[in-house]
Amino acid sequence: MSDPTDSIDPFDGASVPAHTGSALTRVLGLSALAALVVWALYGLVWSPPDREMGDLVRLLYVHVPVAILFYAGAGIATAASLLWLRGRTPGWDALAVAGAELGVVFGALTLLTGSIWGKPTWNTFWTWDARLTSTALLEVLLIGYLAVRRVDPSPAGGSVRASILGLLLFPNVIIVHFSVDWWRSLHQPATVTRLDPTIEGDMLVALMVGMLAGALVFAWLLVHRFRVAWLEQQVERHDLDAAVAARRAEGGLSPSTSTSTSEAQPA
Amino acid sequence: MWRDAALVAERDLRVELRSRVAINQVAPFALLVLVLFAFALDPDTGVLASATAGLYWLVVLFSALLAVSRSTSIDEVDGIRDALRLSGLAPAGVFLGKVAAVAAQLLLLEVVLVVAVAVLYDPELGGFPLMIATMLAATVAVASTGVLYGAVVSGVRVRDTLLPVLLLPVLAPVLIGATKAFETAFGAEGLHGWGWCGLVSFFAVVYLVAGSLAYGALLEG
Repeated sequence: MSDPTDSIDPFDGASVPAHTGSALTRVLGLSALAALVVWALYGLVWSPPDREMGDLVRLLYVHVPVAILFYAGAGIATAASLLWLRGRTPGWDALAVAGAELGVVFGALTLLTGSIWGKPTWNTFWTWDARLTSTALLEVLLIGYLAVRRVDPSPAGGSVRASILGLLLFPNVIIVHFSVDWWRSLHQPATVTRLDPTIEGDMLVALMVGMLAGALVFAWLLVHRFRVAWLEQQVERHDLDAAVAARRAEGGLSPSTSTSTSEAQPA
Repeated sequence: MWRDAALVAERDLRVELRSRVAINQVAPFALLVLVLFAFALDPDTGVLASATAGLYWLVVLFSALLAVSRSTSIDEVDGIRDALRLSGLAPAGVFLGKVAAVAAQLLLLEVVLVVAVAVLYDPELGGFPLMIATMLAATVAVASTGVLYGAVVSGVRVRDTLLPVLLLPVLAPVLIGATKAFETAFGAEGLHGWGWCGLVSFFAVVYLVAGSLAYGALLEG
């Protein structure tokens, strides 16, 4: 007897992709590699030590870009969750999980580099100021979001629970940030968000190159992770359709995956 | 919607009156944690008295986890979740009803805990208008956030371990604000107690609205 799932093809006759690479990712990857090399040169060799921080400032060329990309990842997860809730397009769900996972990674890097920089600067690995505390809490919120995604029994294509959690990420962080800011603050004020930044010359270039390199690495990882999530959705949808077809075959119905109610009567 | 909320709140409170989980389990747990704090922190050096506000609200948060978990579990048996979906009750009404029920239980617990800390920790209690306003605002904030996140983890096997991970970071502003407001009520200077109470109230409103809007989707999902 033929397997009723033989006719179900998750990729509709197209060849199964062997990897998630493409011309776009090759361009992104090579650009990222080049930018990383230039970043390392500027950060470690070409930029001078800071008048006050000395060589410690070189860690900020890593810390600031990864911190910005951490918030970018969380922002992508939030925005994609909202868009998925509005249109239920699976692609937005894949983007949300990709953004959240990258957010967790870059968040961990942010906290790590910040702590390493903090010890010689503030004589402590950790202070309870607004920016650090809200960063740590956002990291925990993202981990919680990914935990819900792992255990949510919803079929492939998105999760209402996770999307609502994703939607609440940024409002939570804003409220936490202002609460803790009001509570106490030791963190230095923003340097590059003002029109006349307090760092300049080769140090500013090192920071800008760091932002560019970090953004390229982030984009490269995001595209790959999005494609992996998309492929996972296709496989899960195929498995679900196969299970439905098998159950229909048991009932004597045709293995159609249509959800129409006007079906052939069982034998 | 308000009629539906009253219906659900009455149902939840009736279930609690019959099962007495809050009275028999949550309240003793809260009192036990208060005692454990005294073991962990030296009770003779005034640490407990000076940290009363923060310890009090920590106990309330931990107890709220149990209360929310209980409120969520009521709807997970006997197809009640499906019944709620098909009942025609407004989802926002169901949400507000559950919030009202959890808030009522928490408020009662908080009153008991105030008496307990007054006896066990010997703080300088005062500023009762600020204390009462903060208790009301924080209770609504904790209940609304808890019911919303309880719905997010409802039906999931690891609900009991996932709920604290999701809920406690979100409630950090409530913990900070309620603690500062209580410290002001107890006589601390320069802490802007009413401002913190306002922040907690704002948080409560945000989550009441968010929960009312999102509960329908969570009930369906």
